[in-house]
Amino acid sequence: MENRKGFSLNISKGHNFIPIERKRTIESCLLLVNRMLLKQKDNLCFGILALVIVAIPMFVESKYYFIVLNVIGLNTIVVVGLNLLIGFAGQISLGHAAFYGLGSYFSGILTVNYGFPMWPAMLVGMLATGAVAYLIGYPSLKLRGHYLVMATLGFGIIINILMGELEQFTGGHDGLMGIPPLTIGGLAFDNDLKNFYLIWSFVFFFMLAARNLLNSRVGRALRAIHGSEVAANSLGINTADYKVKVFVLSAMFASVSGSLYAHYITFISPSSYDFYYSIQVVTMVIVGGMGSLWGSLFGAGILTFISEALHIAEQYHIIAYGIFLCLVLVFLPEGIVVGIYNFFLKIKTRKAIIK
Amino acid sequence: MSRPNYILEINSISKNFGGLQAITRLSFNVEEGLIFSIIGPNGAGKTTAINLITSMYPPTSGEILFEGQKLFRKKPYQVALMGIGRTFQNIQVFQKMSVRENVMVGCHTQSDSGFLRCLMHTPSVWKEEKVIRQKTDAVLKFLDLDSKADMLVGGLPYGVQKRVEIARALAIEPKLLLLDEPVAGLNLQETEEMAGTILKIRDTGITVILVEHDMNLIMGISNRITVLDYGKKIAEGSAKEIQNNPKVIDAYLGKEL
Ligand SMILES: Nc1ncnc2c1ncn2[C@@H]1O[C@H](COP(=O)(O)OP(=O)(O)OP(=O)(O)O)[C@@H](O)[C@H]1O
Ligand SMILES: [Mg+2]
Repeated sequence: MENRKGFSLNISKGHNFIPIERKRTIESCLLLVNRMLLKQKDNLCFGILALVIVAIPMFVESKYYFIVLNVIGLNTIVVVGLNLLIGFAGQISLGHAAFYGLGSYFSGILTVNYGFPMWPAMLVGMLATGAVAYLIGYPSLKLRGHYLVMATLGFGIIINILMGELEQFTGGHDGLMGIPPLTIGGLAFDNDLKNFYLIWSFVFFFMLAARNLLNSRVGRALRAIHGSEVAANSLGINTADYKVKVFVLSAMFASVSGSLYAHYITFISPSSYDFYYSIQVVTMVIVGGMGSLWGSLFGAGILTFISEALHIAEQYHIIAYGIFLCLVLVFLPEGIVVGIYNFFLKIKTRKAIIK
Repeated sequence: MSRPNYILEINSISKNFGGLQAITRLSFNVEEGLIFSIIGPNGAGKTTAINLITSMYPPTSGEILFEGQKLFRKKPYQVALMGIGRTFQNIQVFQKMSVRENVMVGCHTQSDSGFLRCLMHTPSVWKEEKVIRQKTDAVLKFLDLDSKADMLVGGLPYGVQKRVEIARALAIEPKLLLLDEPVAGLNLQETEEMAGTILKIRDTGITVILVEHDMNLIMGISNRITVLDYGKKIAEGSAKEIQNNPKVIDAYLGKEL
């Protein structure tokens, strides 16, 4: 009874300020968003994503926008992987730039220096990155507390330094040039449009894979670990093992994205993989919403766009990121997409209780 | 002593936390299919006993046998896989998941697809999900939670959350269920419902270890009761025997002064 009273009061207060018709449109828009976000409508979202991917080249012509879109795609892959770790298992990595970089450098070095075929190089990069992540994750996740943050922070910085120092392999600070574009059969992905299709196909399938994972036994176990580790354990979930595995998986996502980046830009240098990039992707996860797949796409999109829009004032990037992050954390602590989603879920739950 | 129907045997376990002796040479046996209650004043070591049985930490000395198997050095998740389910005194539901999802997590023990298969969502995963859903529906129905299945647990009243926690523990198909203060914080009506639920659980053949302060509940439904005080067992017997035991009365009155 008390619950009911407090609830109705809140609602009437909040809504009195908005004129009726506008209120209706806003409500129906939000409801639509909410519907689409509900799991049952997930397939619809993927359908729309596929349509948008196919349709975008009909409306976008400028090379510049394609570059931005491609970077958004690459970031989305990293962010989706990182969100599996942060948003679902509740662990933070500050070294994802290194995994992204390992993907790039494995692809670059193996193809340029050793004449490896490209797709196998990418696969080797992914597996090797996964192995490295296991070596870091296993000891630091065995311990309770936030050891992973420190381990990945240190690891990221070391890898970034090695990229510059191991000149005979990496080309040092001047970078590695002449990385060949990916090919399938006779088709070479050698321009922005072709890479758009390639990268966004990867985004599509990686998001689909992440969705599959989340809607299954493993995904529920991960969310359970985030919710309460002791409870998860008491239900037969090997929490330590799951945390290591999801960390490895998220590193592999980053690695694949890094490989795609290397073959797309055809030139890589250490500056793309610095600590700032690690921070950037973590920010994207938080802004989009921890634990929200579509939020990851949104977070990567909006923040990549902002940082491109601010390209002239590069030194202000990190300030803009900071401000944006603060705003989100203060007003929508669950991230933008998740915030809206939970708002509606709460209303639904409360309404049902009142009934 | 014949041991065939003891599902749990506790042999002289002790637990020290630094200098504090939370449990001292505690022994008891739990017969299969009964409601076995552990009572005692605050800080007597009841929760510690439950944590020892679920291997949250190892005993300082002594051993615990579940179905004749030693629990020494088992991880909590392995104990769960062996068939020991539990709830927590400070409720530990997954707030941000729906009631159904909470219970589905409990079905973890009866499924086995790993990362790779889940990423690809192979047909075997699909089949497994179907089984999990059916199982979940049955558990939800058993605990009268089906009308709340799709609500977020965090938004539900405390009493319902407690039922969710039990539902979740039942989903692992335990042979032994440990309930740490299941009616603390519940009102009279909810307490009565919970008593019914616990009896219903026992009637399905699950052995229940019940830790509670609510004496009406304890005396009403327990088959056997053990009393702890300062980490030591001071009495064991039926409700009647316990109620008339001067040591027990002492322990409780002493605390209330
Ligand atoms: N992890 C721990 N570290 C140190 N001391 C502990 C720990 N857990 C319990 N204790 C201590 O052990 C004693 C027994 O605690 P326990 O929680 O088992 O009591 P309880 O019988 O469950 O009490 P209550 O009825 O209040 O729940 C208490 O003195 C408590 O302070
Ligand atoms: Mg206790």
